[in-house]
This record gives sequence, C-alpha cells and structure tokens, in this order.
Amino acid sequence: MQLLNNDFKEGAKEVVPILVGIIPFGMISGIAAINAGFSKMTALFMSVFLFAGSAQLAIVQLINNNSAVLIIVSTALIINMRFVMYSASLAPHFQHTSQKLKMLLAYLLTDQAYALSVSRFVNDNKINHAQYYMGNAVLLWLTWQLSTIMGIYLGAGIPKEWGLDFAIPLTFLVLLVNAIDDSSTATAAFVGGIIAVIGHPLPYNLGLIIAAIVGVTSGLLFELWKNR
Amino acid sequence: MHSATIWIVIILTGLGTFLLRLSFINLYGKIKMHTLLKKSLRFIPPAVFAALVLPALLYNSDSVINISLHNYRLLAGIIAAFLAWKLKNVLLTTFVGLGALWVFQWIMQLFFIK
Repeated sequence: MQLLNNDFKEGAKEVVPILVGIIPFGMISGIAAINAGFSKMTALFMSVFLFAGSAQLAIVQLINNNSAVLIIVSTALIINMRFVMYSASLAPHFQHTSQKLKMLLAYLLTDQAYALSVSRFVNDNKINHAQYYMGNAVLLWLTWQLSTIMGIYLGAGIPKEWGLDFAIPLTFLVLLVNAIDDSSTATAAFVGGIIAVIGHPLPYNLGLIIAAIVGVTSGLLFELWKNR
Repeated sequence: MHSATIWIVIILTGLGTFLLRLSFINLYGKIKMHTLLKKSLRFIPPAVFAALVLPALLYNSDSVINISLHNYRLLAGIIAAFLAWKLKNVLLTTFVGLGALWVFQWIMQLFFIK
C-alpha cells in the first residue's frame, strides 16, 4: 500500500480536532501509571502494547486496589469487548486488504478512529477506506503515545499526596456520562454501579466482574421489555 | 504488585485486546455475531464504567461505605459528575474534580483538625 496518498492525508486532516481531546486522557493515563508504582519502561510498554486508554486506566486502578491478575485482565478485556462491535462494523470496508495490513488496521482500532471512519464510509465510496482510516489511526496513535510519555515524565515529579489517583475515577465519570444515552443504558449503569458497591468487599475485586455481567444483562432485559 | 506480575497483566490483556480488534476484520463473512451478543455489547461501557466509578467514590477504606460530608472524594465526585454531564469534557472535569477534592481537604484541615 502506498502510504501518504491523498486519502491518507484527508483522514489525517480530519482527525486533528479530535486529537485535542486525546492529549489530557493520555497524560492522565501516564501520570496514573507512574503514581501506581509502574516504572517508566512498564508504563510506556503498556501504552504501546495495549493502546487502549480506558483499559489502561482500569488496569492501573485495579492494581492500586490489589486485585487478582485474572480479575484485572477480565475487566480490561470486558471494557475492550466494544472493539468486536467496531471490528464487525468496519470489516466489510477492509475485506480487500492484505492480511498484514488487516493486522495493522486492527492494532490501531480505537473509539475515535472507528467513529470518524465509519461516519465517513457510509456516504463516501470514492475514497480508499483503508487509507483514510490509516490517516485517522496513525495520528491518534502518535498523539496517544506522545501524551502518555508527557504524563510519564510529569507523573514522576508529582508527589503522591496530591491525590492524582483520583483522576482515574474522574475520567471514568466522563466516559460513563457519555455512555448513557437512553433509559436502557442508564439501567445498565445504575444496576452495574449498585452491584459493584455491594460487591466491593468481595476478595480479588470479584464484585466488579459480577457487576459488569449483571449490569449488562439488566440493560439488555430492560430494552427487550421496553420493546416488547 | 510485583513488576513481573504487571507485565503479565499487560501482555495477557494486550494479546486478548488484539484478538478482539482483529476478530471480524479478519473473519469477515466467515462468522456471524449472535443477535443477543450484538445487542448486549452497547451495555458494556455504561455498566463497567459505573462499576469502576461508584466504589471509588463511596469507599474510602477497603471495607466501609462512607456517605458523609467527610467523604471528600464523594463530594468532589458529585460536582464532577454534574460538570461531566453538562460539558462532556475530560480535561475540565478532571481539573475541577481534583481542585474540589483539594479545597474540601484544605477546608477540613483548617476548621476541624486543629
């Protein structure tokens, strides 16, 4: 694939306004990792290997709570289950690309690249979809890594007493508010939140997984009941 | 937590996440998603994020729920929730939330702890 053609550039140009919102998120995740006792190397490895902000923050928070490895990994993967939905939705647009490129496109998949590309693909068949998506995704990747590195170096200089670990639940709060868009998603949030509070004293932070499963089921049942 | 354990967490989550991302891009046309699974995916973010936020606000220590004016994280969280809902802005919500936490702690130290 020839990189840097016009469709790539167009994708890169159109993602710029979104980058501004990525920077604080990346910085918080870098700062939080260092505050939780990650070495700079480990924090950077997580940012590059995972490249998934919400999952990274969840891992840091759960390591702070001394959760079990299995619970941490399951929670992060449940958060990332949404990528299956994005993957399914983008798949028809990428079916003519090579296997190698598909793997790169998959690694670079994020909420933002998905949202931007899919809204463009619906009403534009003239552009090269993989190129346009790469334009979005590469800039998002660079911005994420650079802002995480900034956070990693800032985090090393900030004393623990400032309570910056509180930035993690605050970030999830914004994500939570954005995720609630109707009565069914509100039900999922309400039930998930209550169960997590009740289940919090359980060992290994097991309450979190139970809350996720019961919350999702409640949302689904509420929706089925609403549309009966 | 031991550094090697953190690396294990990152590697397992990273591999799993890559497979989730690759899933349908790679298997397009070969597998179909069950309707119920498709419908339930959109409930994951609200359920999980609420499950991560609420205990972090309500528990100050590991085992006791603290709903009182002495729970500064809860107070700051309520202010931040209102801002998040009105502005939907990560940076501003985080700054104001942290600021509120510091102000509450400072006021309490000033008036009650001497």
